[in-house]
Amino acid sequence: MIHNHKTIEARPAPSSTIGPIAWLRTNLFSGPINTLFTLLALYLLYLLLVPAIQWALINADWIGTSREDCSREGACWVFVNARIGQFIYGLYPRDELWRVNVIFAVFAILVAWLAIPRLPLKRWVAAVTLIVFPIFVYFLLYGGYFGLRVVETHRWGGLMLTLVLAVVGMVAALPIGTLLALGRRSHMPIVKSFSVVFIEFWRGVPLITVLFMASVMLPLFMPTGVSVDRLVRALIGITLFQSAYMAEVVRGGLQAIPRGQEEAAAALGMGYWKRMGLIVLPQALKMMIPGIVNTFISLFKDTTLVMIIGLFDLLGIVQAALSDSRWLGFALEGYVFAGLMFWIFCFSMSRYSQYLERKLHTGHKR
Amino acid sequence: MREQASISQASTTATMVEMRGVNKWYGDFHVLRDIDLTVARGERIVICGPSGSGKSTLIRCINHLEEHQQGEIVVAGMPLTQDVKRIEQIRRRVGMVFQHFNLFPHLTVLENCCLAQMWVQKKPRREAEERAMQYLERVRIAEQARKYPGQLSGGQQQRVAIARSLCMHPEVMLFDEPTSALDPEMIKEVLDVMVELAEEGMTMLCVTHEMGFAKTVADRVIFMDQGQIIEENAPEPFFHNPQSERTQLFLSQILGH
Repeated sequence: MIHNHKTIEARPAPSSTIGPIAWLRTNLFSGPINTLFTLLALYLLYLLLVPAIQWALINADWIGTSREDCSREGACWVFVNARIGQFIYGLYPRDELWRVNVIFAVFAILVAWLAIPRLPLKRWVAAVTLIVFPIFVYFLLYGGYFGLRVVETHRWGGLMLTLVLAVVGMVAALPIGTLLALGRRSHMPIVKSFSVVFIEFWRGVPLITVLFMASVMLPLFMPTGVSVDRLVRALIGITLFQSAYMAEVVRGGLQAIPRGQEEAAAALGMGYWKRMGLIVLPQALKMMIPGIVNTFISLFKDTTLVMIIGLFDLLGIVQAALSDSRWLGFALEGYVFAGLMFWIFCFSMSRYSQYLERKLHTGHKR
Repeated sequence: MREQASISQASTTATMVEMRGVNKWYGDFHVLRDIDLTVARGERIVICGPSGSGKSTLIRCINHLEEHQQGEIVVAGMPLTQDVKRIEQIRRRVGMVFQHFNLFPHLTVLENCCLAQMWVQKKPRREAEERAMQYLERVRIAEQARKYPGQLSGGQQQRVAIARSLCMHPEVMLFDEPTSALDPEMIKEVLDVMVELAEEGMTMLCVTHEMGFAKTVADRVIFMDQGQIIEENAPEPFFHNPQSERTQLFLSQILGH
């Protein structure tokens, strides 16, 4: 018979299993083969990084106004400097730029408000961001009211246009996609087949084709005299295309919720929309975050395709600037800049989604 | 006007649930066969039988979580039809407790109990919370009100589920194997709550294998096999003098040791 009188106190782990040196030993130098690979990887990194840093930072030209200032063998950021206004605002009239800046500032404040957990009134700010802000943006950017000069959409461009396309696409695609996903799971045959046909049609067509159709075919179906703005056509195309993808992401999340949840809500007398809106969707959303953000990121990058219907988004305008005869030969700098801008936005979205996931998982475990 | 009439009629009717000639199929499989069952107001009924005998399906038909294809079901004086409004009307009078609790994991215990009160019965939050706390106290779990279901043990979760149901002031409670998913040491705390509820005169239909519970509280025990009601009797004669061979076999299997 065993009888233990004493409780065994917790003791610290042996020092050979914790700390930085132990980490290095177990992860990088655990045997002769691993040591060899570690050294090889370090050497490759050295071969790649050193010239890259030398080109981009150490041997680069930063200050100047024309290509004569690009004397050193590294990158010439003078080109990007000289063109930065165009890269960000497109051909928007120079003396009306404050309108875009106001929108950037308001957008940044709203997003920061939503992202920083300590600030209150999240629900109202979200409502303002989704409903009031787009109207505000339309009136301010397009103008024509309150004595503001009209700025036609063909003068919009650069980062501003990229953001307009991406944000409108995201804000519109999520609710439409959610409705399509619910429709696809519906027991009503007409709703269900409409959703299935819609989703499968848009998912089966490349976005380039959608944009071509929007710019070439849509006017053919319009009554004579009615013309839809090219930007609006692109927006509709992108939104419908992305909502099909979003629908499948949402459907995946819905399927992960056990049937008992809906049954319990039904047994309490809740109708369909309450069961979905209060019980199923809030739980599904948590699981859908990686998929939603993935779709958002691909949407953000896909906006570059509007180039082919003659809209100049960030990449489009960089490319246009490359053919300027005064600045020939700076393609690399231009593309690196465009790539870096896209990367910053996409990486921020990705980080924020990881933060959201961690936050939403606390205390909700089954 | 008709709505009003049916409600006042409902609250006075002596029959709580009535099933007449109910049949149900899952595809080709005949799960419920010619079910006739009348439950009076205040009556406590225990339904038992081997797994797959259709006992869960039977009580799930009463609040239309399952659809029956033939026959008539009348709950609190209202015939169950395909009409969504009617179904919701009936569900508001029928409480249900599930084998796997089915609490809403994204809401706290208190919110679980308030949600339907606020969205279905349109109660203000304060009133809903007051009533929720009252019932959480009755199932002896009020101190956990701010926790999430995932932080509670199975027995605690099931008691919350019972409180959540009672918050809607149901006229009849359906229990679908409420203790089958629980660890043995937690079964008693749930059964105690159910016994109290029975003693207060709640109409109950309970699918369970807890024969001790059946002996203490049931007015009638129903034995089902292969979608049929085989035997129906008061607990005393049911356990000591089962009539059918299948009932005898079933009882010998579950009371055998």
